[in-house]
Formats: sequence, C-alpha cells, structure tokens
Amino acid sequence: MSQAPNQADAGARISPGGSAGPALRKMNIARVAESFALLAATIALAAVFGILMPHSFLSWANVSTMLGSQAVLVVLSLALIIPLTAGDFDLSIASMLTLSSMLIAVLNAQLGWSIYAAMAVAIVTGAVVGVINAGFILYFRIPSLIVTLGTGTFISGVVLWISGANTISGIDDGLVSWVVVRHIFGIPLAFYYALLLCVAIWYFLGYTTAGRRLLFVGRNREVSRLSGIRVDRVRFLCLIASGVISSATGILYAGTIGAADPNSGTTFLLPAFAAAFLGATSITPGRFNAWGTLIAVYFLVIGITGLTMLGIQTFVQNLFYGGALVLAVALSQLVRKREPQDFT
Amino acid sequence: MTHLSKRFGSSLVLNDVTLEVMPGEVHGLLGQNGSGKSTLIKILAGFHDPEPGAELIMYGESVPLPMPAGAARKRGIAFVHQHLGLVPSLSVLENLLIGAIASEDRWRVDWRREAARARETFARFGLTIDPTARIADLPQVERALVAIVRAFEDIRTASSHGQGVLILDEPTPFLPKLGVDKLFDLVRTIVKEGTAVIFVSHDIDEIREITDRATVLRDGNLAGTLTSRDATADEFVELIIGRRVSLYKTAVRDVTALSVAISARNVTGEILRDVSFDIHRGEILGLTGLIGSGFDEMPYALYGARPASAGTVEILGKSQPLSKMSPPAALEAKLALLPSDRLGAAGVGNLTIAENMLLPVLQDFVRWFRLDWSRMSGRASELGKQYDVRPNRPAQTLSSLSGGNAQKVLMAKWLQTAPLLLMLDEPTQGVDVGARQQLFAALDHAAGKGTSILVASTDYEQLAQICDRVLIFARGQVVDVLAGAAISKDAIAERCLLSLGTSAFSNVPEVVAA
Repeated sequence: MSQAPNQADAGARISPGGSAGPALRKMNIARVAESFALLAATIALAAVFGILMPHSFLSWANVSTMLGSQAVLVVLSLALIIPLTAGDFDLSIASMLTLSSMLIAVLNAQLGWSIYAAMAVAIVTGAVVGVINAGFILYFRIPSLIVTLGTGTFISGVVLWISGANTISGIDDGLVSWVVVRHIFGIPLAFYYALLLCVAIWYFLGYTTAGRRLLFVGRNREVSRLSGIRVDRVRFLCLIASGVISSATGILYAGTIGAADPNSGTTFLLPAFAAAFLGATSITPGRFNAWGTLIAVYFLVIGITGLTMLGIQTFVQNLFYGGALVLAVALSQLVRKREPQDFT
Repeated sequence: MTHLSKRFGSSLVLNDVTLEVMPGEVHGLLGQNGSGKSTLIKILAGFHDPEPGAELIMYGESVPLPMPAGAARKRGIAFVHQHLGLVPSLSVLENLLIGAIASEDRWRVDWRREAARARETFARFGLTIDPTARIADLPQVERALVAIVRAFEDIRTASSHGQGVLILDEPTPFLPKLGVDKLFDLVRTIVKEGTAVIFVSHDIDEIREITDRATVLRDGNLAGTLTSRDATADEFVELIIGRRVSLYKTAVRDVTALSVAISARNVTGEILRDVSFDIHRGEILGLTGLIGSGFDEMPYALYGARPASAGTVEILGKSQPLSKMSPPAALEAKLALLPSDRLGAAGVGNLTIAENMLLPVLQDFVRWFRLDWSRMSGRASELGKQYDVRPNRPAQTLSSLSGGNAQKVLMAKWLQTAPLLLMLDEPTQGVDVGARQQLFAALDHAAGKGTSILVASTDYEQLAQICDRVLIFARGQVVDVLAGAAISKDAIAERCLLSLGTSAFSNVPEVVAA
C-alpha cells in the first residue's frame, strides 16, 4: 500500500513560512503571484509617481528621506507582528513609542542625563509596560484588545503629564547623528536599523523553535497547550518584546526629529496595523511576516508621499491608511478563504 | 410514525422502522451508538429527509414528510438535547423567551409580566426556580428542568390541548440520582396533560422506571418493543445487542506477564472518583463506559490537561502527584495525549502537515541555531509515507486532509517520539474503515516496541479489536474489567449497559495487581 501515487512530491521543499506549496506547478505560479503581488504593486506605484513627477519624486533626496524617516514605522510594525503572531493585540505600541521618546527628551534635554542612561530608562520602561499588559491579559484573562487600549490611553496621559503637553527639543546630537545624519550609500542609518531588525524577526519567526511555538500559540492555544507549549509564558514574552521594541522605536523617533512632542507618535498606531495586516497578504500569505511588513510600510509611504507631492490635501493620508487597513484585512481573509479569525 | 428509512450514501442507517407513541405515554428509545436513534430523532426534527414511503401521523392527522424547517415546532414537536441548548450567561427568563425573541418582533418586552408568567409556569410544575437567576448559577438539575419546561411550553403554545411530542435525548447522564428523580417527576406531570414523551437513554434502569413502553433499535432495524414494567434488564440487553457472531480479533496476549509501566492511583476529578489501575509495558488498555461515566476524563487527568483534585501517577516506579501534573511535565515523563477534537485540540488546521507533525521534535532539527527546513520536509514526507498519509504533501494544510489522514498525521506526531504511554481519546471518530485498520496497525506496532497505549472510546467494536484489557466505568469508578479472550463487542456493550444497575456496585473487581 505504500507506493502512493504522490511520491513525486516526497522531497518537495517547504519554505519556512510553510505556505509556498510544492503541490502543482500551476498552483505554484498562483502562489508566487500572490506572494509578490504587494511588492509588484509597490514598484508600480513608485513607477506611476516617478512618471508623473520624475524630478521631484525620484530625486535621491526624496528617496533617501522616505527610506530613512519611515524606518520608525517599519520598526513599530515589526514590534506589532510579534504579539499578533501569538494571537494578541498590542494597541499600546504607539503610546509606548511616544512615552519612550518623551523620556529621552525629558531626561536628556531637560534633566541633563547622559543619552545612554536615558535610553536605558526608556527600554526598561518598555519592558515594564509589557509586563503590565501581560499581567492584566493573562492573570485576569481580559482580551488583549481591551487591556492595551486602556494602557495605551493611560500612557498617553503620562506623556502629557511629564512633558507638560509641550514639545521638548535639545536631544543629544550624538543620537540624532547616529540615526539620521550619518548615511551609508546615501541612506540614513535609521533605515539600516530597521533592516537589521527585519532580518532578525524574519529569522526568529522562520528558523527558530521559539518562533514556531509563537505561531502555534497564535493559531490554536488548546493545541499548543496540549502539545506541551507553555502558552502563557509565550504570550507574556511576546508582549514584553512588543513593549521593548516599541520603546526602541521611540528612541529612533527621538533621534529622527531631535525632539519629542506628546502627540505625533500616537498617529503611528493605525499605519502600523495597516502595514502588519497588509504585510500578511504577501511573501508568506496568511501569516504575519517581517519582509511583507517592510514592503507594506513602503507601499503605504510611497502612496502617501506621492499623493502629498501631487498637492493633495493631508486628509488623504487618513483615507489611505484607513482604507489600506480594511482592504488588507479583507485581502488576507480572501487568502484564508474567509475563515473567521479570532483576534483576542 | 411508520416505515421510516434513511440512507446515507450506500449505507442504510434506518431501515423501515415504525414507532408508535400514545398520547400521555412515556416511550423509551434505546439502542447502541450507530443504531439509528439519532437519525430517527433528526428526521422528526426535520433535519434529515427520510426515504420516500415514510409516514408521520400525529393525532390522526397525516404530516407530510420531509418536514420543512420550523414545521416540527409548529406541530408541537419539541426537543431537549443533552447539552440543553441554554445560554449559561443569560437569565432563566431570557432563556425561556429565546424562541419568542428569535421569531417575533416586539417593540416592548414587559419583563415584569414575563417574569410573573414564568414563576406561574414553574409553580404549576411544583418547581421553585427564580426566573431572574443566571443559568450558570443554577445546579445542573435545574438547568435540565428549565430546558424541559421551555420545550413543553413550546408545545403548549403550538397546540392548545397539550397535543404534541416532547423528545428528551439523553437528559440524565450528568445528573445525580436525586436530580434524575426530580426530572422524572416533571416528566410525569407533563404526560398527565396528554403530551407524549419520547425518552432516549442508555440507562436501562431509568427506562424501566419512567417509561411505559420502550422501542429498541439495532443496526438501523427495529429490534422490538417491550412493555417496560414487565421486561427484565437482561431482556433489554439482549434486544439491544442481539446475538451475533463475533468479529475477528487480534491475537490474545496475557499482559499481566509484562512489567508495569504506569500506575494511576486514586485519581479523582470532575466525575472520576478514586480510580486506580495499572498499565503494562506494551499493553493496549481500553477505557469505556456510558456517557457521563467519566472514563473519557482519565487521559486528560493523567496528562495534566484537566485538573485532577486528587491522585498520583506512578511512572516506572516514580510517583508524582496529579495536582502538579501539566502537559510539559507529562511530556517530560514521556506521556503523550491525542485528544478527540482533531482540529480543535490535537492539531492546527490552517498550519501545514509538516508543521503539525514535527512540533514535538523541532529541537532535533536545529543546526547552527537554525531550523533545517529541508531536513524537516524530508522527515515529514518520510513519516507521511510510513503512516500512508494521502496525499503525502507535507506543505499542505492539515485541514485539507480527510479525518482518517489527519489522524494518521497526528498519530505520527506523537508516535515518532516513542512515548512510554500514548493516550488517545476516541481515536477513530470520523475515520473510514480502511484508515481505521492502518491506525490500529500503527498502534499495534508501537505497542510491540514497548509503548503502552490507553484508548478511551465508546466504540466497543474498536476496543474489542485492539485492546488487551478493557476497563468499564460507571459513575466515575471502574466497575468491571474484561481481559483477553473475554473481550468482545457484545461483552463490552453488555457490561456497559448493566453498569448503572445497582448490582454492578456490589462487587467492584480487583483492577490493581496485588
């Protein structure tokens, strides 16, 4: 009975994402098309704006600025896909980013601490917020959506409090220099930090046992528990990771603008979600993944920068981000054959 | 109801069955799993269409079959299933009104009046249940009573004279004896109003106590109808099981000669009460009983997946309290569990076959801090070939496989770790006959290599085929044990059916080797 007719596939490779099926060649083409559709769309969008505005949009200064300044969004979105993969929302990431950049500004610019000490405090605060989120979610069994919505708002209040609702400038030039002033190949260092994190998270999710455990926990907690995975510990660590990475994003943000203001950071929340979900439609469709997220961020950024340069009003930004989020989720649902998803 | 037949594909699951129920009668319906009981009930509910030729006559009036959706309710046919169909987080009153809320458009619900009406209704049945209480706060018995009252009120709304049929589908397995008495009192009150009650149960003692007559189905055929009071328990059992030639069986082994691998001692859980037994090296031990007897709780308790309130497990002589048991600790001790809920608790449907299969052994594939995906893919297809998973495509999602093939994948998932004890809950539910034999062969093979296997199942035929010993549970305790040549489908069925009788308790057999 063992000579099944399907041995042609016996040695077939499976990608780390696991969805690039070896089944049939025809299916493969469809799969590949699906995996790279977003990348193609991004390139097409850039081409359209390039043709419309060859001198301004395609100028090196603009490209370099887009890559560098939006590294913050890349890193924040990457912070988000960790708990999302494990099945938890973290709505406090953008507030955490703002708090972290404000801590840097207050401690470094106002109180004269060294930039390193300020950065250390910011990172530790991120970890503490992660612990608080995880504590409420796991101990009281409250949906992560509710907990992080609350803590996120709470943190915004703390930011307004410690800053006196003012923008604080005068952050150490060293930080600014290491984030946006220095360039490699004409692109600010910030972009490379984002790239580095992207590689790290891609590797972590695809090539480590811990990354697999994360995926299983996100897909089915009961299966994971009965397979011996310590589900609560995995979720706990994921929420700490998102807290720490979003506070690192805050440091990057402070370095990007050399100051901290109590509001602008929070506007990153929606784009980060849009990027995470849009990213989940590409590279390994149906799964949150690092490269897809990176591409999604630049898809959104190119769209918005292009439209802004065409002279379209700023409200278009919200139309674009909001529309992209809903469309992205709709697309990813199509990929998953409209199976209902459980986001709690 | 006459000449009811139902065919699923090529198999006739209900063959020309006639059931006659008098007004004001409590009529029992018995039969083993797969005898056609539930099919019959589902035809009455309008859920299945019967084969042409079936007739349903209610109070002298012919009812066209198949019934369209909702017609059963209008005709005064109401159901109470084992899981009752109540929303635990809502109040008794809201649950009572759920039918009205679902089907009527009312702009104002007068809650006070409805509550008063509900109290009145309960009082008529001699019940004192607070309509404002949450269902979740009620004891199990009162929940069942609420469900029955609700179903009966539906019948009364449908026909003014209480003309109707109330079908109680195994309402008792989770109730204590006192609760069963209360439920029976309610049933007696209901039939006094002229309503007929069909009472489905496995419990022969209960059938003899509450019903006037009882119809027994066997393999889709009408086995007979008995007048409950005059029939003995043995007559019932004979009618349920029938006398047939036994099916083929694997070689009989004497497992007591093997060394003891794992001992469960005084395990007490939700239903389990102080259960102890040994399982030998390479033994296949079956656990069975009627629904609610607690046998299916044992694998989860031993694995630490559900809390056990007391008991210890002794693994190769090392004793460990079950209160401290957890899935990681169990795996550490080389215990594995394959739950019955295939895509809900055993494997993840939207992840790939390879990912599901290799989850417990991921650590083996780490090379230089990195998972070696090509080696993993190779191993997955190798295992797929070994267990004959069809199609053997490791990158396909688990949910794309048939039940039998998914089960092969999940069995491979645990058997590749060569566990000391593999526990399976209903391993062949929804598995076709061919795949079933392959799964049995895989279990036999593993047992031959020294893995002990625990199978919790209500599929007596399967237990008879593969088990060296079978423990029979009733009310949370082991009441009987079959071993070796004594195991047959009918023997297991007979012991299970008689397990609730009081006599079964007088001589609890020695399960633990001295």
